[in-house]
Amino acid sequence: MGTADILIRFALIVIIFLISLVVAMYSTYAERKIAAFFQDRIGPNRAGPYGILQPLADGAKMFLKEEIIPTNSSTFLFIAGPSLAILTACIGSAVIPWGQKLTIGTRVIDLQVTDINVGILYIFGVVSLGVYGVMIGGWASNNKYSLLGAIRAASQNISYEISMGLSIIALLMMTGTLRMGEIAAQQHGFWSHGWFTWNFFRQPLGFLIFIVCAFAETNRTPFDLPECETELVGGYHTEYSSMKLGFYLFSEYINMFISSAVMATLYFGGYNFPFMHHLGLSENWVTLLGVGALFIKIFLFIFFFMWVRWTIPRFRYDQLMDLGWKVLIPLAIANIVITGIVITFF
Amino acid sequence: MEPLSNKRKAIESKPLNFLERAYLPAILQGLSITMKHFFRKPVTISYPEEKREFSENFRGMHSLKRDEEGRERCTACGLCALSCPAEAITMIAAERQKGEEDLYREEKYAAVYEINMLRCIFCGLCEEACPKEAIYLDGDIVPADYLRKDFIYGKDKLVEAPLNQ
Repeated sequence: MGTADILIRFALIVIIFLISLVVAMYSTYAERKIAAFFQDRIGPNRAGPYGILQPLADGAKMFLKEEIIPTNSSTFLFIAGPSLAILTACIGSAVIPWGQKLTIGTRVIDLQVTDINVGILYIFGVVSLGVYGVMIGGWASNNKYSLLGAIRAASQNISYEISMGLSIIALLMMTGTLRMGEIAAQQHGFWSHGWFTWNFFRQPLGFLIFIVCAFAETNRTPFDLPECETELVGGYHTEYSSMKLGFYLFSEYINMFISSAVMATLYFGGYNFPFMHHLGLSENWVTLLGVGALFIKIFLFIFFFMWVRWTIPRFRYDQLMDLGWKVLIPLAIANIVITGIVITFF
Repeated sequence: MEPLSNKRKAIESKPLNFLERAYLPAILQGLSITMKHFFRKPVTISYPEEKREFSENFRGMHSLKRDEEGRERCTACGLCALSCPAEAITMIAAERQKGEEDLYREEKYAAVYEINMLRCIFCGLCEEACPKEAIYLDGDIVPADYLRKDFIYGKDKLVEAPLNQ
């Protein structure tokens, strides 16, 4: 691996990092705008044309707010909480294949930061770490509401990670690999051998379980109990102010972006799009269009996240646990069994 | 008991059936409802640029009227101040001098006429009390301001613009 390769890799990391930040930033704007449309309103429209500059204004506001660290909190952990939340949110994007290979001259650039052979496990690890930010922050605040929010976040994530893992096992039985790059490559095109190539059409139940768990893992409505305003003031970030609060909110949006990317890659063909090799375009153009297709899928998922948020009320805590343990886990196991039978006999 | 209206309905509480317990049909129904709203025209009125139409009997900011020759109608009789339940109106009367006949209709006029908009309750009793048809609450909404003293509106804000302008 030469210096040039390392530089290219580094540039790719920086670009992906910036893209996730910008997407997260504009997700806050989109969230408010979409919420407004769902409620027959207009939404933010004062900062710049159509309120385009609203995220910048919000960011500036967050930076300029007074920073409050409660006297009886554990200062180090109090700061570590949001830092960890945003860190784990950002590193998840490392194994997502953003596109096929680009060829510039003789150099071949892989649009995936690293195609490690345990890609999905890595994502799971990162997602599980994500709850530490919430837990540490909630515990360090030394506040009952924060602590309750943190406990809820922890138990919710544990419960839903199980069914998420089980739903993935069924997928892995079909793909036979943990590499994200290879899973995306297997879903090449859209149609082959008389059936869709995208995993959604092979694992509809698994996808359903996965998306429900993704909602729970990103703490989005209807599973936003950790920050349940009506019961817990602000949940785990009750005591947070200024940019530390901003980091928590921001990490939620980055998580949403990453989990949308994961869902698009695992179940909706990633960078693949229909007729990608019947258009008569050169490889590089197909790759670039593929990146565009992936981002369109991601944005559709983000829209879906927001659509659900502004439709469904929050679960009660016992309902949440019932759904996780009594419905999703048995369903996921049944899905594994069905997948096994299908693989064996067909 | 006899029902007072025929609107009473017997409510049955059946246990949820399988589809209802499965959440998903209800969620899909909810999603379709919100999607309908997504494409609906927003009902928002962007206030400072766009204004909702006032009703005919809306009572807004006061204006002191002029007659058809452009002279102030107010004669500073004080009936408006007397009728004001909020005691928002004060005035100082003055006698019309020679040569001011084109400014003031009556021989006495209000040299100072102040309404405290923070006290005013926009009841319209001053309007009713006025024998000279000099005051009407036909203006806009009183705008916001920062200081209490700026809500005491004098003649500069209340009197109608002169005719020839």
